[in-house]
Amino acid sequence: MKHIIIGNSAAGIGCVEGIRRLHPDDEIYLLSDEKYHTYSRPLISYLLEGKTDLERMKYRSDDFYEKNKVTFMPGERVVKINPATKKITTESGTRLSYDDLLCATGSSPFIPTTPGYESVQNAFTFSSLDDALALQEALTEESRVLIIGAGLIGLKCAEGIRDLCRKITVVDLANRVLSSILDEQTAPIIQKKLEENGIRFLPEDCVASYKNGEAHMKSGKVIPFDILVTCVGVRPNTELLKTAGAKTGKGIQIDDHSRTSLPNIYAAGDCTECLDISSGQQKVLALLPNAYKQGETAGINMAGGDHSFKDSIPMNAIGFFGLHMITAGTYEGSVLDKSENGNIKKLFYQDDLLKGFIMIGDVDKAGIYTALIREQIPLSSIDFDLIAQTPGLMAFSKKYRDETLGGVRYGY
Amino acid sequence: MKRVYVNEKWCLACHLCEYYCAFANSGEKSMVKALKNLKINPRIHIEEKNGISFAVSCRHCEEPLCVKGCISGALSQKDGVILIDQNKCVGCYTCVLSCPYGAISPTETGVMQKCELCTTNASGTPACVKGCPNGAIVFEERGTV
Ligand SMILES: Cc1cc2nc3c(=O)[nH]c(=O)nc-3n(C[C@H](O)[C@H](O)[C@H](O)COP(=O)(O)OP(=O)(O)OC[C@H]3O[C@@H](n4cnc5c(N)ncnc54)[C@H](O)[C@@H]3O)c2cc1C
Repeated sequence: MKHIIIGNSAAGIGCVEGIRRLHPDDEIYLLSDEKYHTYSRPLISYLLEGKTDLERMKYRSDDFYEKNKVTFMPGERVVKINPATKKITTESGTRLSYDDLLCATGSSPFIPTTPGYESVQNAFTFSSLDDALALQEALTEESRVLIIGAGLIGLKCAEGIRDLCRKITVVDLANRVLSSILDEQTAPIIQKKLEENGIRFLPEDCVASYKNGEAHMKSGKVIPFDILVTCVGVRPNTELLKTAGAKTGKGIQIDDHSRTSLPNIYAAGDCTECLDISSGQQKVLALLPNAYKQGETAGINMAGGDHSFKDSIPMNAIGFFGLHMITAGTYEGSVLDKSENGNIKKLFYQDDLLKGFIMIGDVDKAGIYTALIREQIPLSSIDFDLIAQTPGLMAFSKKYRDETLGGVRYGY
Repeated sequence: MKRVYVNEKWCLACHLCEYYCAFANSGEKSMVKALKNLKINPRIHIEEKNGISFAVSCRHCEEPLCVKGCISGALSQKDGVILIDQNKCVGCYTCVLSCPYGAISPTETGVMQKCELCTTNASGTPACVKGCPNGAIVFEERGTV
């Protein structure tokens, strides 16, 4: 069997590892338009911050391709997939045939059309290693940086370059930072932390136009800047498969086996949309754990196995200047607020299920809450009062503990 | 593969496993030097309430959510043992978000630590098991988790 994987990041690597779980010898071709050994995309801000380096941020070891017998083709952009002939074509003219194909093309930063944007001298996005290296190159101690978007990527960028420039202003249309994962009560805590570290936040505003190194805001404010970084969101890279005839919505549509609507073609990661079981909605969950698991699922199935991944939920672990937060699921239903001593913990529950949570500060054992959401564990089957206070296995039945900790097998 | 299993019936909540764990991973030769007057930060933790107690440490899952979700590639699975490369870890807490047992926690420097079954320290076999006075923690082959 010959497998082609497009994309050399979390989903693509997950697919290689999935295939190799079953078949040590199937042929694997891995193509990427980036020229690097597989690297951890979320670490680009840590790179600028000096908390990692190009060597340590490699997502897998140097011998990964060799050990997994992968023909790695860096710097090859795939421009066409022909499902009828089962062939792909790259920009350089290379043609390859496949038995099964994975599209793991990720997402691209979205740039809103704003008058004058083309004339901005130092305009960047923050989604790839090349983006990060170019930004680093342009920054000086004197730079005034304007970041558009106070989401995860914009704020991580701000943290990463904090010591590399003079001034950072972050603007967002929303009335708070991290509006997709924090509510109005919790977002100000993070905003305060950012402000304490010299990052200015401008809520409920957007750029009306760029003129002579200044952003003219809708509110009438004028912000002079030297460097602009646009981080307003990402869009799934669906074009290749859309053109080939696959069903797409916001992202490429896949089932729980990571199959697209086209035969022998799978898709995984940021380029797809999938079911968020905490809300019951189709969503683009542009998150690394999700990308890996979808890729691995595709790989196992491409190798002839039968594997499904059915429990996607939104989930984020992120920290700024030493203040950590973990959030997961959907903020629906009743709220149980267990915040104390400056630590935030809000649990959202409905219909006997934990739906979501927000924790800031003390995030110890948060994964136990994540498991309640992901595994849809009926709250009536555990000691909810206890677990709401302290996440732990004490709140579960003795049978659960015997199985998980004790290795006891009960007959089913 | 051999794993650490606990039998909560025999656990005395003496917390010795926590001390042995902290000692084994301290790199110190003397237990006094490793533990005395220091707040220990072990990789195994006792949960206790109303006379029930048990130790919790990494289950070394066959389908490890921490490894699959690790954004830096610091967590890996080698011969069934889940290892962390602290040199690669940036302390993002995605593994804390992912682990259903609460078995991964930060070190003093902010990177993560977890039970590696004492395969990477001088103990060689799990120190918590050796140190448990009542046989409540064992190291055995019992199939999958
Ligand atoms: C700054 C930043 C911080 C982040 N932090 C976190 C975090 O803390 N936690 C988290 O869960 N997620 C985080 N993410 C998101 C995470 O990086 C993505 O979810 C993950 O990388 C998705 O993996 P993927 O394999 O689907 O796609 P990508 O990582 O986007 O990789 C896709 C690859 O395919 C290549 N490609 C695309 N089209 C073609 C083509 N036609 N031919 C050849 N190659 C092609 C691309 O160049 C790219 O190399 C962050 C992202 C950024 C940018």
